[in-house]
Amino acid sequence: MKWLRSFWDFWYDFVVGDDWRGAVTIVTALIVTALLVHVAHVNAWWLLPLSVFAGLGWSLRRATTTRP
Amino acid sequence: MNELVLALTVFVACAVEAVEALTIVLAAGLTREWRSTFQGMAAALVVLAIVVAALGPALTLIPISALRLVIGALLAIFGLMWLRKAILRATGHKALHDEASAYLREVEAAKAAERRSRRGVNDWYAFTLAFKGVLLEGLEVVFIVLTFGINQGSIWIAVIGAAAAVIVIAGVGIAARAPLARVPENAMKFSVGIMLTSFGTFWGAEGAGVHWPGSDASLLGLIPAVALVALGYTALLRHGSAGLAAVGDPAAVGDPAAVGDPAAMGGPAAMGEPAVEPAQPSRKP
Repeated sequence: MKWLRSFWDFWYDFVVGDDWRGAVTIVTALIVTALLVHVAHVNAWWLLPLSVFAGLGWSLRRATTTRP
Repeated sequence: MNELVLALTVFVACAVEAVEALTIVLAAGLTREWRSTFQGMAAALVVLAIVVAALGPALTLIPISALRLVIGALLAIFGLMWLRKAILRATGHKALHDEASAYLREVEAAKAAERRSRRGVNDWYAFTLAFKGVLLEGLEVVFIVLTFGINQGSIWIAVIGAAAAVIVIAGVGIAARAPLARVPENAMKFSVGIMLTSFGTFWGAEGAGVHWPGSDASLLGLIPAVALVALGYTALLRHGSAGLAAVGDPAAVGDPAAVGDPAAMGGPAAMGEPAVEPAQPSRKP
């Protein structure tokens, strides 16, 4: 179990790093994009790039905002 | 055209990782013993080659749309992490990666470690230090080689780009016999972050089913767009830090030595700033 935990921690840190916000934004945007394309038949190519820009801004804001 | 972009992106990304691996290898070799260091390097390279050889063909068996969705998402997340860190470093909110300091830390640790032989290796510490350093840095290269190579259908082009970077950095390292502290690491990481994020976004969205306007040509708009947004955020953060520092706000964030320091504040020159001494101990990215 401990080995599994270490394995997961290593790859999480490797791919996601120290801020999960970007990852959550991208995954959410991909899910919504897929739904728009396959269910609503909307070619939402613009959604992921805009989400990436927003996610980057959100992550940077969190990293640079001081806590009182 | 895409193959050239693929090769160049992999080359630059690999060069960045090779510089960091070189620092560790030099610390082990110059402080301890070269034979054991090379054995550790070789063992790590064999493991990495096995990973590429095994995963590469295995991943091509997965349907391309599912593969692009997952790999695109992973690449976009990975690229965003690189981009975020590069922006924070360029604006003084995170210490620049200082190869000279990293080298000195490794040297001190290597000098203090006991010397013992094990499993046919004369200096086990030098072996494990080199093995872990090359393996960990190499895993990032393998990740980029596989993701880029598979999505472009050109793993060999990606491997060639990576191999070329290793050869170039190793050659320069051998000639210099010192860590490459003057390499503009942060500028390179910023550029690679833009490419990884752009390609990850492109492939991820394709995997989700979208049709990009102009197909592959849309990358010619997407890459500059990502670059502009990243540069915009960099400018915003620099402006914000400068404003806070100017009014003497004690809550001004970031590296106190970097805020207000034109050399570390940002702009294209500062992203390539070599060997800036951090005010706080530099952390491995």
